Amino acid sequence: MSGAVLHFLADLLVGGRVGSRPGGLQARGPAGDALEQAPVMLRDWVAHWFPAPVRWLAGNLFGVLATLAAFALLFVALTLVERKVLGRMQNRPGPNRAGPFGLLQPVADGIKLLVKEDIVPAAADKPLHFLAPVAFLAFNLLAFAVIPYGRLLVPVDLDAGILFFFAAGAGTELAVFIAGWSSHNKYSLLAAMRALAQLISYELPLLLAVVPVVMLAGTLSPAGVVAAQGRWTFGLLPHWHVFTPCGAAGFVLFMLAALAEANRAPFDLPEAESELIAGHLTEYSGFKYALFFMGEYLGMTALSAMAVTLYLGGWQAPCAGLQFIPSYLWFVLKLLALLALFMWTRGTLPRLRLDQLMRLSWKFLTPLALINLGTAACWQLGAGAEGWGAQLGRWVLAWALVLVPFTVLGRGLGAGFGRRTYRYAT
Amino acid sequence: MLGTGIVQGFAITARNFVGSFHDPARFVTVQYPEEPAPVTENYRNFPFLIYDAEDDPMGTLRCVACRICEKECPPQCIYIVPDIDEKGKPRKHPRVFDLDVSVCMSCQICVEVCPFDAIKMDQVFALAATDRFDGLLQRKEQLAKPNRYFHQIHPAEAAEVDARLVGERTQAEEKARAMAAAKLAAATGASAAQPPLPGA
Repeated sequence: MSGAVLHFLADLLVGGRVGSRPGGLQARGPAGDALEQAPVMLRDWVAHWFPAPVRWLAGNLFGVLATLAAFALLFVALTLVERKVLGRMQNRPGPNRAGPFGLLQPVADGIKLLVKEDIVPAAADKPLHFLAPVAFLAFNLLAFAVIPYGRLLVPVDLDAGILFFFAAGAGTELAVFIAGWSSHNKYSLLAAMRALAQLISYELPLLLAVVPVVMLAGTLSPAGVVAAQGRWTFGLLPHWHVFTPCGAAGFVLFMLAALAEANRAPFDLPEAESELIAGHLTEYSGFKYALFFMGEYLGMTALSAMAVTLYLGGWQAPCAGLQFIPSYLWFVLKLLALLALFMWTRGTLPRLRLDQLMRLSWKFLTPLALINLGTAACWQLGAGAEGWGAQLGRWVLAWALVLVPFTVLGRGLGAGFGRRTYRYAT
Repeated sequence: MLGTGIVQGFAITARNFVGSFHDPARFVTVQYPEEPAPVTENYRNFPFLIYDAEDDPMGTLRCVACRICEKECPPQCIYIVPDIDEKGKPRKHPRVFDLDVSVCMSCQICVEVCPFDAIKMDQVFALAATDRFDGLLQRKEQLAKPNRYFHQIHPAEAAEVDARLVGERTQAEEKARAMAAAKLAAATGASAAQPPLPGA
């Protein structure tokens, strides 16, 4: 396949901009290139059956459908894998009755949810009650549009893609409140307000943790951020943002805030299945509940994908010698690793109380994220420093700026997490 | 420092996760209907009747239909009809021995009172039946199990019972022999003391 055709295909997918980016289409082995090109070629093969005027539409729709199908399948697999993994962490086998090794469990769950009665409370605001799950899922799906899945696989290459991602993520908070409000149930409403308080509190450290990455990469485009991480020292040590002091701190802050944004344990307080009659989802059943459930998993996946893009080098290989493996496979590997981390966390940490949750965000994560901005600024200012001594000083200073506030703030935070004291009861 | 406890917690769950694939001590779930559920030796539930010879279950039943267990059973779940021969003499054998699963409370009192070690506690717990009258009423044939089975489920107790039975049997034989000898001695002594009858 000639280079001209490759360029043509690349242009088709990303509007002709990827070729001009650093870390874009490069000359590599023919086998690697064929694999790299395979999804794009499949899309073009599908599109070429359509008449020329709507070919662009068919190609784009194919991309949308492929993304939706891939992440819907990932959701289905995740529900099973998560239960299996949690079971193993608690010394039990997990679901193993439906089909071989319980592989048909998601099918059984799906059928069960679909045939359940869809109850709408008599006093509910019916259009909004219907709209909430739809909006929740839609906003979560929007976030997938700007993730660069591979060297050539960027569904929408927005210049402000990171901004778009978090704007879409913020839309889910609206859907949560719609769900609580439209149910006409005081418990739902209270739970929705609690959920909203949590989501907004953690939105702040989430966004602040992203800013250092934007400062390092100098762009708000996810594809640009990935391209900025596409270098290796000695061909072995990747220049991912997570390996810089401010990037490492940002990654940890981002993951903590992402746990809360995705309503995952230990911050699964809005739903708290065992305590709160499912919070704002009290009045939802059947397929609408399934939509919320799916939206939550997709939100978690989207946040993991964004964490991979921002901190873990996106689709970049970990060392220069491994570039023959297609870029989208690296992306999937990193995504699965982060999802496993989410599951591991859920299997390990107990749920926080609401006051502990708020204290963690406002007294710990937010100040640390603000300090991290300064760290990133110092780090960037020192980037041009000449000589080993200056560089060493830059690393030491940056790590000190990360670790000293962490220790100091952590001491104050830990003091309040001890045994709860009661004034009148013993 | 903040976070060390969290890291320790992560290590514990990771050990559980990895251990569940190779360490049976960490993976204790038994797939019950497919695998037998393990029971300890001291587990006792529901009585059964012991017989000695494998080839003749009903002939060598230890039960002599003395009906002590029937009288002692608090919920009265045992029903015994002694077997009699043509002349109306008891044959030291139960014609009917029924035990109602739905009534029995596994109190082991029948086992305590049995003077013949004929009834012992079993380890069965899957006694459900589709018919709650006949299905839950266990007959003599279903209740009878060989002594070998008793050794299997309660080895220590079975050995002790066997030793006692052998001891009792030898004691009884010795006693019988001694009595026979005494009778013989008495007979010969009497014959020696008394002159034989004339003409004998």
